Amino acid sequence: MKRYILGLTALLFSIDSAHAQDAADTADAATIDEWVNSAVAPVSSAVSSVIFYSVDVAGTEFPLIVGWLVVAAAIFTVYFGFVQFRKFGHALALVRGDYSDPNDAGEVSHFQALATALSGTVGLGNIAGVAVAVSLGGPGATFWMIVAGLLGMASKFTECTLGVKYRNEYPDGTVSGGPMYYLSKGFAERGMAGSGRVLAVIFAVCCVGGSIGGGNMFQSNQAYQQVVNVTGGDSSILAGNGWLFGLIMAIALGVVIIGGIKSIARVTEKIVPLMAFIYIGACLIIIAVNSDKIAWAFGEIVDGAFTGAGVAGGVVGALIQGFKRAAFSNEAGIGSASIAHSAVRTKEPITEGYVALLEPFIDTVVICTMTALVITISGTLSTGLTGVELTSAAFATVVPWFPIVLTVAVVLFAFSTMMSWSYYGLKAWTYLFGESRAMDLLFKLIFCCFTVLGASMNLGPVIDFSDSMIFAMAIPNIIGLYVLMPVVRNEAESYWSKLDAGIIRNFRHARS
Amino acid sequence: MPGTLIVGFDKTEASQRALAFAAAAAKATGATIHVVHILEWSPYSFLTAQELEERHKRRTEELARAAELIAPAIESLEAQNIAVTSDVRYGHAAELICEIAEQKPNAQIVIGRTGGFSVARRILGGMALALIQASPVPVTVVP
Repeated sequence: MKRYILGLTALLFSIDSAHAQDAADTADAATIDEWVNSAVAPVSSAVSSVIFYSVDVAGTEFPLIVGWLVVAAAIFTVYFGFVQFRKFGHALALVRGDYSDPNDAGEVSHFQALATALSGTVGLGNIAGVAVAVSLGGPGATFWMIVAGLLGMASKFTECTLGVKYRNEYPDGTVSGGPMYYLSKGFAERGMAGSGRVLAVIFAVCCVGGSIGGGNMFQSNQAYQQVVNVTGGDSSILAGNGWLFGLIMAIALGVVIIGGIKSIARVTEKIVPLMAFIYIGACLIIIAVNSDKIAWAFGEIVDGAFTGAGVAGGVVGALIQGFKRAAFSNEAGIGSASIAHSAVRTKEPITEGYVALLEPFIDTVVICTMTALVITISGTLSTGLTGVELTSAAFATVVPWFPIVLTVAVVLFAFSTMMSWSYYGLKAWTYLFGESRAMDLLFKLIFCCFTVLGASMNLGPVIDFSDSMIFAMAIPNIIGLYVLMPVVRNEAESYWSKLDAGIIRNFRHARS
Repeated sequence: MPGTLIVGFDKTEASQRALAFAAAAAKATGATIHVVHILEWSPYSFLTAQELEERHKRRTEELARAAELIAPAIESLEAQNIAVTSDVRYGHAAELICEIAEQKPNAQIVIGRTGGFSVARRILGGMALALIQASPVPVTVVP
C-alpha cells in the first residue's frame, strides 16, 4: 500500500513538472484531473466499502461504524453521569483560567489547547459537511447532528483526559500525547501490553490515513471547488485545473510545515478565529433577515428528524447523515483532538477533559447548526447543489457578494485544518517509524503531494476516502476508551475530592 | 523610610535610569530593591499545535534568558551593598507590577520614562500611564 502511494505521488509529481514546462498548453489539464480521479477512485471506494460495512435497517443501509460512534458516545454519557451538562459551567471556568496557578503563567493554558484543537476541527466539516448532510438527509439531519454533537461531548471528555494522563514528557520539556500513547501505556498498566501496542499501531496507521484524507485531500478539494465557484464556475481559469490550485496550496503548506516559516502559521492562527466570528456573524445576519422563517425552519428540522419526509431512507436516512457529518465535523471518538489537547500544562488530566467537552459543543451544536439553519431558511435545498457550493448559494440569497467572504473563510479554514492534521499525522507517523528528521520530512512531503491530489479529484471519491480513514481511527480508539474509562472515573473522583478539600483552589475567587 | 523599591527592568536605557535612581534612593534610606522583569504573555493567544508541544521547553529557555538578562544589574546592586530581590514573571507588565506591589511591605514603584510627545511614543509609552492610573502604591517615573 505504502509503495503504491509513493509510486502514485512520484508519478503525479513527474506529471506536474512535465506539465509546468508547457504551462501555456493547458488543453490537457482536464485529462490530468480525470486521470487522477480514475486512478484513485477504485482504491478509495474499496477502502470505504470495508470501513462503511452496512447492515439493512428498516430498508436503509446503516453503516455500522456510525452506530459504533454514537453508541460509544451514549455509553460515555451515561457512565459519566451526563458530564457534558453537569460540568459545563466548570469547563467554562477552567477555560477562563479561574483555576490556573498564576505561577504557571507562560505555560500552555486551557484556552490555548482548546483554541488550537478547535482550529483543527472547525473547518470545512462545518461548512461543506453540513451541506452534504442536509442535502442528503434533509433538514431533519440537523436534529440528529445536534444530538450526536451533545453525546459526542462525553467521548471527547474521555479521550482528552486520557491523552493528558498518558502523554510522554521528554527530558527537553516537549510532550507527545494522544491515543497511541494511552493505548500502549494504559493497556500495559492493565496487563494487556501486547493488545495495547497492536491497537496503538492500528490507530497510528489510520491516523496517517485520516490526516491525508479528511485532514488534507477533502480540505483542498472543497477549497478548490469554492474558489472555482466564485471565479466564474465553468468559465473560471481554474476550472479543470484542480492540480494547479492544489499545487499552490501544497507550496503554501510546505513553506509552513517543512520550511518552518512560523509567521504564516501565526497569521493564519490569528485570522481563523476572526473568520469564525465573521462566519457566525454572517449566519446570524441571514437568519435575522429571514426571521419570519425561523419557526418554520425549526419545524422542518424537528419534523424531518422524526418523519424523514422526502429523504432517501426516511428517518434512518436523516439520522445517518446527521450522525455521520457530526462525527466527521467534531471528531469526537476519533481521537485526533486528544493529540492537540495533551500539550496543556495541568497537574490534573481531568481538567483538560472538561475543557475538551466544549469542543463538540462549539463545533457542532453552535456552528454546524448555524450552517444548517442558513441552508434550510434560504430555500436553496431544492437546487440540487451539495457541499460547499450549497452553503455558498444559501449565503448568496441574502448577500450576493458573500460567497467571496465565504471563499476566504473556506480557504483559511482548510489551510488551518490542514496544518493541524499535518501535525496529527506526523505524530502518528513518528510513533510508527521513530522520530528522525528524515522521517519527519518524508511524511511532510507525502502530505503535500496529497494536497495536490485532493484538489484534482471529484468530491465523491474524496469524501469516501476521507470518511473511511477518519472513521477507521475510531475503531481502535473507542476500544481503548472502553477499557480505560474506569481510569477517567478515578481521575474525576480524586479531582473533586481535592477540590472539596481545598487542595485545588479557584485562584480568581481567592484574589478578589 | 525602609521599604521596597520595585523596579521594572528590561535592560533598556530607560530601565537603567530607573535602576540607578532607585539605587541612590535605596542607599540613602536602606530600602530593598525588588527587580522585576516581565515577559509579555497572554493565556488567550493562539498557538499552533507544534508551538503547544514545545511551549514548556521554550518557557524554560525564556526564563533562563531573562535571569541572565537581569543578573548583571543585580550583581552591581549587591556590590553597592544594597539588599536585592528579583522576580521574573509572565503576563501583562502593568498588571503584574501592581500585583507585586500589593504583596510587598511599604512598596514604591520606580520605572523609566519611555514615552514622549510624538504619536508613536505616546502609544508605546503606555506602561507608565497604566501604572500611574492603577497602582496601589506611589509611582516614580524617572525621566
